[in-house]
Amino acid sequence: MTDRFETHEHDVLIIGAGGAGLRAAIEAMAQGARVGVVCKSLLGKAHTVMAEGGIAAAMANVDTADDWRTHFRDTMRGGKFLNNWRMAQLHAQESPERVKELEHWGALFDRTQDGNILQRAFGGHTYKRLCHVGDRTGLEMIRTLQDRGVQMGFDVFMECTILRLLTVGGRIAGAFGYWRETGRFVVFKAKSVVMATGGIGKAWKVTSNSWEYTGDGEALAYEAGADLLDMEFVQFHPTGMIWPPGVAGILVTEAVRGEGGILTNKSGERFMQRYDSKRMELSTRDEVARAIYTEVKEGRGSEHGGAYLDISHKPADYVKKKLPSMYHQFKDLADVDITAGPMEVGPTCHYMMGGIRVDAETARSTLPGLYACGEAAAGLHGANRLGGNSLSDLLVFGRRAGLAAAEYAKGIAQPSVDTAQIEESERGMLAPFERAEGESPYAVHRDLQEAMQDLVGIFRVEEDLKKALVELQKLRARANRVKVEGSRMFNPGWHMARDLQHMLTVAQAVTISALARKESRGAHSRIDFPKNDDTWGKQNNLIRKERGEMVLRQESTRDLPDDLQQILAEEK
Amino acid sequence: MAEAGLTQGGFGATARRDAWWLEMLPTIILIGGFSIYATARAFEGAHYLAGSYLSPFYSPLIDPDHKWWPLSPAVLILGFPLGFRVTCYYYRKAVYRSFLADPPACAVGEFWGKSYIGETRFPFILQNLHRYFLYGALVFLVFLWHDVWKALWFDDGFGIGLGTVIMAVNTSLLTLYAFSCHSLRHIIGGRLDCFGCAKAGLAQHKAWSLASLLNVNHMWFAWCSLVSVGATDFYIRLVATGAIKDLRIL
Amino acid sequence: MAEATLRIFRGDQGGGTMKDYRVPVAPGMVVLDALHHVQGHQAPDLGLRWNCKAGKCGSCSAEVNGRPRLTCKTRMDSLDLTQPVEVRPMKSFPVIKDLATDVSWNYQVNKKIPPFQPREGVEWKMQQHDVDRVQEFRKCIECFLCQNVCHVLRDHDKKAEFGGPRFFVRVAGLEMHPLDGADRIPLLKDALGIGYCNITKCCTEVCPEEIHITDNAIIPLKERVVDEYYDPVLKIVKKIFSAGR
Repeated sequence: MTDRFETHEHDVLIIGAGGAGLRAAIEAMAQGARVGVVCKSLLGKAHTVMAEGGIAAAMANVDTADDWRTHFRDTMRGGKFLNNWRMAQLHAQESPERVKELEHWGALFDRTQDGNILQRAFGGHTYKRLCHVGDRTGLEMIRTLQDRGVQMGFDVFMECTILRLLTVGGRIAGAFGYWRETGRFVVFKAKSVVMATGGIGKAWKVTSNSWEYTGDGEALAYEAGADLLDMEFVQFHPTGMIWPPGVAGILVTEAVRGEGGILTNKSGERFMQRYDSKRMELSTRDEVARAIYTEVKEGRGSEHGGAYLDISHKPADYVKKKLPSMYHQFKDLADVDITAGPMEVGPTCHYMMGGIRVDAETARSTLPGLYACGEAAAGLHGANRLGGNSLSDLLVFGRRAGLAAAEYAKGIAQPSVDTAQIEESERGMLAPFERAEGESPYAVHRDLQEAMQDLVGIFRVEEDLKKALVELQKLRARANRVKVEGSRMFNPGWHMARDLQHMLTVAQAVTISALARKESRGAHSRIDFPKNDDTWGKQNNLIRKERGEMVLRQESTRDLPDDLQQILAEEK
Repeated sequence: MAEAGLTQGGFGATARRDAWWLEMLPTIILIGGFSIYATARAFEGAHYLAGSYLSPFYSPLIDPDHKWWPLSPAVLILGFPLGFRVTCYYYRKAVYRSFLADPPACAVGEFWGKSYIGETRFPFILQNLHRYFLYGALVFLVFLWHDVWKALWFDDGFGIGLGTVIMAVNTSLLTLYAFSCHSLRHIIGGRLDCFGCAKAGLAQHKAWSLASLLNVNHMWFAWCSLVSVGATDFYIRLVATGAIKDLRIL
Repeated sequence: MAEATLRIFRGDQGGGTMKDYRVPVAPGMVVLDALHHVQGHQAPDLGLRWNCKAGKCGSCSAEVNGRPRLTCKTRMDSLDLTQPVEVRPMKSFPVIKDLATDVSWNYQVNKKIPPFQPREGVEWKMQQHDVDRVQEFRKCIECFLCQNVCHVLRDHDKKAEFGGPRFFVRVAGLEMHPLDGADRIPLLKDALGIGYCNITKCCTEVCPEEIHITDNAIIPLKERVVDEYYDPVLKIVKKIFSAGR
C-alpha cells in the first residue's frame, strides 16, 4: 500500500532545520543514528537566520562576575517564575559550552581585546552576556550548524512539508508529507521524531515571523496526542518597524537598545522612566512592549503610531559596525539614516513561549518517540523570554533532543506505518482541489490575522477572547471550504490551505489558554485581571486532544529545590 | 507582449531596459585613444626631452644616441608599464567587458558560448604573471621620481615649472596606482591567514590595511594615472617642439 | 491610490508567458509586497520563494526589469511605474514554476568544499582584526544572485567546471579563517575552476550584502593560486628556505 508513495527510512527524523533542528540532527548523528532532516524552505533560510542580537551564555568574558546562577535567576525573573526551573538551570549551565562548540565548528564571533568572544548587554540580563556577530548572529549560527551537518552527511529534504505524524499504538512511527515543488506525497518511517518547527506568529497581522511560522509543530504534535503547555504566552517584541506599511512588523533588534538606544515618545520624553526606572530601555520585552503600546494608546505615540528609538548619539561608524543590517534595513526600506536620526518602532508578534510540553532532561514530549526543542517546545522561558535566550535554547535543548531521540531509537525496531492514517491525510490534502467553488485560502488567512491581532493581542479581556473563539469557529468552517486553483506544482495557495489548519489549531489553543488564565503575567496581560495571582503563578495550562476535542486543564508546577530557591532569593 | 519570457540568448540579449552599452563607451574611448597616442609617441623617438623634463614614455632613458638600439628608446621599456596595465585586475575587467564583450554588461547575453576559457589557458593564463609586472613597475617608479627630482633643476639652479608640477602629479598618481595594486596587497600581508600569529604580524596588518584602503580606489587611480601619463607626455612634447613655452612658477 | 502593472513570468520548464497584473502601490512598497498582493488577490498559485522580507535570508531573488535583485529590497518607487514592472525568475537556474528556480546545484557545489579544520594544538583566541576580514564573507545570505549574474554560469554554462562567486566567498571565509589549517588551493584551481573567473565583477555589483566579492574574496584567492602554481621564483625561494631549515 505504501509503495504508492516515495518512502524514506531513518532512525531519527528531524522536522525543521533552524538552529534547534540542525543541532539535534548533529547530535543524533554523533550518536550513530541515521538522520533525516525535513524543512519547509531551502536549507539555511529558517527563522534562526533572522535572529540578530546574540546568544546568551554566562561566559563572563566581559563581566567577570557573571555565572550560570545569575543567568538562571535572570531567566526565571524574566519568565515571571513560571519557567520549568530544571530547563532554566540546564540552559544556564550548558550554554557556554554550546557556544564554544560553535566556535570550534568555525563560527566567528566578535572579539574582546584579549581575543575571547565579545558579549553585549541585553534586556533583562544582569551582565553583558550576549555573544554576537554584529547584528547577524543567527546567520552565523545557522551557517555553522548547516555546514557541520552537511559535512557529517545527514539527509536533507528541502521544501518538504509534513502533514501529519504517523503513530502506531500510541508511539511515533514516522511522518507523512509532500514535496512543495511537485506536490507529490512522501512517507518518512522513523523510530523517533524531533519537532523543531518554531513558532506560530503568522496567525497575527503584525509579526516579525515569516510564512513558515504557522504552528505546524504544535498542531501536528497536538493532533497526534501530545500535550501543549502554556499556549497563552505569545511574545510581542517591543520594537518592530511600523513605517512604511509594507515593512510593518519587521524586527528591529534589541541590540539597538543593548548598544545604548533610547526610547522616546512624541514629546521627546524618555517614557521608560515611568514604567521601569531601574532598567529603562533594557527592561524585559513584555514591559517595554506594553509601555510603547500604552504610550500610543494614550496619545503620546510617534508620527505613525509607535515610539522613537534613537541610537544616533553614538558615532556613525560604531553604529554601522555593530548594527550593520539595521542600518541598511532602515536606509533601504524606510529612507531613514539611523546614524543621523531616530527610528520609529512598535510592538510586533515575535515568539511563542508556550508549545509542546517536554521533559527538561530529554526534551521528550508526552507522546512516546516524539521530542521537541527550540521555539516549538515550551517551558524554558515561562511567561516571557529574555532576548538572547532563544539562540542558546536552540543549542542546549536541540542537542538534548537529538541525543535522547537517538538513544530512544537505539532501543526499538523500525515501526510499521498505518496506511489508514496516510490515506486520511492524503484525502484531506487533496480535497480543496475537488471543490467547484470556495474562497481563496489567502482571504481566510487575512481575516484570521485581523481577528487575532484585534482580539488576542498584547492586552486581552474576557469579552474579546470569547469573541475570538466564535470567530475562530467561523474561520475554521470557512477554511474547510476553501478552493485551490492551479496544479499541485509549487502552489503556495494550496500550501496556505493546509497551513491555515495548523494556524487555526494553535490560535484556538492560545485563545482558550488566555481565557483561562485570570491574571496578568509576563507576555499575557489581562485588562480585567491586571495583577499577578500567586495561585496562577504555580499553574501551567495544558492542552490535549481528547475524543476529537481540545481540552484544557491546569497542573501545578513543581516546587524549586532549596539550592535553586536560594539563588532566586539572592539580590543582585 | 506575451512572449516566453525566458529564452534570452545570444549577443546583447537582455531584459534590462537601461542603455547598458553606454558603460562600455568610456573604456573604449579612453583605452583606444591612449593606445593610438602612446603607440605613435613611442615610435616617434623625438621631442621627449624638454630641458630637464623627460617624458614618462621614455623613462628610464636608454641609449638615446642609438649606439646599439636603432629604434625609439621608448620601445625598449614600454613593455613593462604596458604589461602592468594589461595584467592589472582592474583593467582586465574593463577590457574583457568593453573590448571582448565577455560579458558586455551584467545580465546581458554574449557570443562566446561553451568555448569560453576564462583565464584557464593561453593566452589569458598569462594574466597570472601580474606580480612580476608589479615588481617592474616599482622599479620604474624610482626612475620616475628621480625624473621629478631632476625637473626641479633648471639652467639657473633650483626652480619649479608647470612641467615640474605636472610630472609630480603624474608620478604621484602612478605611485598610488601601483600601491593600490591587488598583487601588492596580497604580497605585503593579504597572503597571511592570521596576522596575530605571524612574525611582525601587526606591521603586516597595518601595511595590508593601508593597501586595502588604497585598493578600494584602484580603478580611479588606474584611469587618472593613464590620463596623466598621456597628458604629461603631451605637455613635454609641446614644450620640446617649441609650440609652447614652459611656465616657470618659481 | 496609485497603481502599477506587474508583468510576471508564469510557467514552468515546459515554457510560459509573461502575464500582467494590476496592483495598488502603497508608500515604501517593495516588489515582493506587490507579488504578495498578486498572490493574495489574483493568482494564489503564483510560485515564489520568500522568508524574512528584510534582506536577511536571501530567498526572494528574481530579475526585476532584467536586473537580478532581492525583490524584498527593491522599492517600487525606485522603478519606472509608467511601464509594466517585469519580474522573471533567475536565468541561470532551471525554472520550477513561475519565479521559483531549482538552485540545488549550489548545494552540490557546497559539498565539495572541505569544512573548517582547526590547526593542531590551536589556542581558541582570535583578534578582532583577524576576524574582520572573514566576517565580511560570512555575511553571505546565499541569495545566489551572484551565481545567477556570473556570465561563466549564465552564458557559458560551466556548472560542471566552475564553483561560482558564492563558493569563492565561502572558500575565502575558510582559507582566511585565522585558525583554519586545511588547504583548499588545489580545489580552487581544479574542482572549483577559479581560473574561469575573468573578474568582470558583476557578482560584486549585485551582492545585496555588499560583500566585495571580487576584490576581497576572488582576487586574493587568485593570488594564492598564483603563489602555488604560477610563480616559479617564489617556488625556488620557498625551496631554498625549506632546505635551509
